[in-house]
Amino acid sequence: MKDSLAPASIPELVDAVRSFERLLPVGGETKPRLCAVNATKLSMLKLRGTLEYEPSEFTFTARAGTPLAEVVQTLAACGQYLPFDPVFVDSGGTLGGAVASNLNGPGRLRFGGIRDFILGARFVEGSGRLLGAGGKVVKNAAGFDLPKFFVGSVGRFGVLTELTFKVFPAAAGTLTLKLAAKDMAAAARILIEAARSRWEPDALEIPAGDCSVLLRLAGPSAAIEQIAADILSRFPGEKLNSADADRAWSNIREFHWTHSTGPLVKVPVTPLSFPDLLKALEPVDRLRVHISGGGNAAYVSMPSAEQFPLFNKALAGLSLPGVSLRGEVPAWVGKQPRAQIADAVKRALDPQNRFPSLDE
Amino acid sequence: MSTDVLEGLASIFPSDRLLIRAEQLAAYESDALTAFHETPVAVVIPENEDEVIRVVRFCHKHNLPFVARGSGTSLSGGSLPVRGGIVVALNRMNRILNIDPDLRVAVVEPGVVNTQVSQAAASHGLHYSPDPSSQTICTIGGNVAFNSGGAHCLKYGMTSNHVLGLRAVLASGEIVEWGSSSRENVGPDWCGLFTGNEGLFGIVLQITLQLLPRPEYYYTVLAGYASLELAGNAVSAIIGSGLLPGAIEIMDALALEAAKASVHAEYPPGCEAVLIVELEGPREVVSIDCDRLSAILEKSQAIEIRPARDAVERLAIWKGRKNAFSAVGRLSPDFIVQDGVVPRRFLGEALRRVGEMSRKAGLRCANVFHAGDGNLHPLVLFDGGEPGMLERAEALAGEILRMCVQMGGSITGEHGIGMEKREFLGEMFTAEEIDCFQRLRAAFDPLGIANPGKMFPGADAPALKHRGLHPLEKSGQISRE
Repeated sequence: MKDSLAPASIPELVDAVRSFERLLPVGGETKPRLCAVNATKLSMLKLRGTLEYEPSEFTFTARAGTPLAEVVQTLAACGQYLPFDPVFVDSGGTLGGAVASNLNGPGRLRFGGIRDFILGARFVEGSGRLLGAGGKVVKNAAGFDLPKFFVGSVGRFGVLTELTFKVFPAAAGTLTLKLAAKDMAAAARILIEAARSRWEPDALEIPAGDCSVLLRLAGPSAAIEQIAADILSRFPGEKLNSADADRAWSNIREFHWTHSTGPLVKVPVTPLSFPDLLKALEPVDRLRVHISGGGNAAYVSMPSAEQFPLFNKALAGLSLPGVSLRGEVPAWVGKQPRAQIADAVKRALDPQNRFPSLDE
Repeated sequence: MSTDVLEGLASIFPSDRLLIRAEQLAAYESDALTAFHETPVAVVIPENEDEVIRVVRFCHKHNLPFVARGSGTSLSGGSLPVRGGIVVALNRMNRILNIDPDLRVAVVEPGVVNTQVSQAAASHGLHYSPDPSSQTICTIGGNVAFNSGGAHCLKYGMTSNHVLGLRAVLASGEIVEWGSSSRENVGPDWCGLFTGNEGLFGIVLQITLQLLPRPEYYYTVLAGYASLELAGNAVSAIIGSGLLPGAIEIMDALALEAAKASVHAEYPPGCEAVLIVELEGPREVVSIDCDRLSAILEKSQAIEIRPARDAVERLAIWKGRKNAFSAVGRLSPDFIVQDGVVPRRFLGEALRRVGEMSRKAGLRCANVFHAGDGNLHPLVLFDGGEPGMLERAEALAGEILRMCVQMGGSITGEHGIGMEKREFLGEMFTAEEIDCFQRLRAAFDPLGIANPGKMFPGADAPALKHRGLHPLEKSGQISRE
């Protein structure tokens, strides 16, 4: 099944779902492992564009195939942003792909991830019906929360066509500090203390390479200058100039720090568990590991699939789950319990298995 | 109830935790939607997870309907018993199992009361953000089932945004464990799907909640206006300025009158509406933001602007606000509270239309609302002692909900559909969408035994009759929003 489809309208999309036996919706394919399934690819790239945007409502609705870059730009023109801080923006990622893969950027620390900002979704279920769930207002408790369920469900339960998000006003300024730590344990303590502090940091990351912590503040410029001084009196470190800061954040956002080939895996961790993961990965050669979201996600890049078995063993030993974004390795790694309910929900939304199962 | 079923329940629960006598069951026949009542065949009171799992599996085996219940504060009738079914009362599963200040999580049982989480976390400088007005009584299990909100949802989200992990027994008897202490996750967001299931999927056994650092500094200001419209314009100006307040609330004249009578709240004389705005965060940020806010309010034609000078004054402002609903109970023998949402830009129009509709219906209507997120809580006042009044009040409440949907909003911002709004689900979703929800429900609950008759239209209705206010409401301990 090498065919590829690119519907240009919702009726064409519905028609495709009804006529093809096995389909996988894809966007910019910036997470190629999640698209590498034996199914006809259903490109969403022609189903793009902003549908509703009323800045005073803090809500934004766009078609799933809309490039993230376009969304970011549209919002920025009105002084707003997606607080989950999308990744793969310049590399061609789409709004639908961000939801399906549940990838959040550093800013998720402050107000939450995609799951916390998605308000509504329209989708085509396995039988080819176009349905909606959730709503278009910032507060809504009607019906089952399918929009949240679609976050991270990698196109296995339906094709997302339209997504509504809560958006926030962007801060007047940002400021980045690079805090020094002698080892990962010390870096982890900085993450924990800063996340609990009065400072309300916007982002806390440990970029691959050494143990130093990047801390971003967002707010009125005069205020964050004062807060930065307070932080630097607590932890040794320095303020990055804006060019260096922009480079550092774009490097993280676009995953430029990874090996150019080889597997890339996301592993949910905690600020207490990631040092153990890093220790367990020490014997594996040439890994690059980035710690994101205040110590809540580890992104592990390997130069080739050769390192994968040892990596996988380390993950299983710590009972951690993971999802592969790149590389010729299994999509789901480590601890992945599957409840019976997962099959029952799959049958409810996609009785004919039009879309691959989670385990394919 | 058949002897078999009774014997089966008695094999799980000792007699003091298996209630079957009429006088024992009476306390459970209604929740905060007092217009409905139904007597369960039995109430069981589990003290641990194992007992909950055993009773759910027993219900599955015997096709016995069950309704999980915490403190019974559901305003949508979500914990109303179902005919021929049992109530699983979870109040004794009220342990806070762990507070981890480094991970900023609390692990709790479903019967833990909302405010107890923040109290337990306070010594670590942390708090649990969702704050429904019944928070001193309502339980986390109920909050999870109904995705409860509160006054701080625009900035911090609803219950669902704070549930990191959970363990539950599904109506099928399966035990599931989803999420963890990590804010990140891989695979579909099962916690997100489960939260807000309205008791139709199963019973939550243990919940991992996200805690947030308590803001260092609050700036709370109350402003009085000569009209609701002016207060609404002030909200638009605040939102348009790029500020992100933690809470923006409005009370109208009738609600103010009630708050004055009930908690002796004091408001600027001559105002028809009061706006409450709260900024919070590091002191450096708040001090700059509060100058911006003050500049906006000064231009907003307010009769008077009163910033809270200290924590005592701040609490007094919130006390008047959070007690507004129970306070309205003093103005009228009965009332119905609605929970519609409209896009914020239509707030003024929505309030005008609510006023017109209530005048036409010959009923008084008080308005208290979360203005920041467009969540209206019109309170329709009536005297249920007069024949036909309850029906008229319900008809008006229904008209208000339909207006919310027409404006592109929702029939519920935070109370859920439950029993009360099930006939309105079809106003918001198509038949095909409701069918999809039904299939999902059947996946979790193939027999349809978990809280049947709620959320979906067309099921048997229990008795509807005038019952007056909930006793806790009369005492001012819970309120309807």
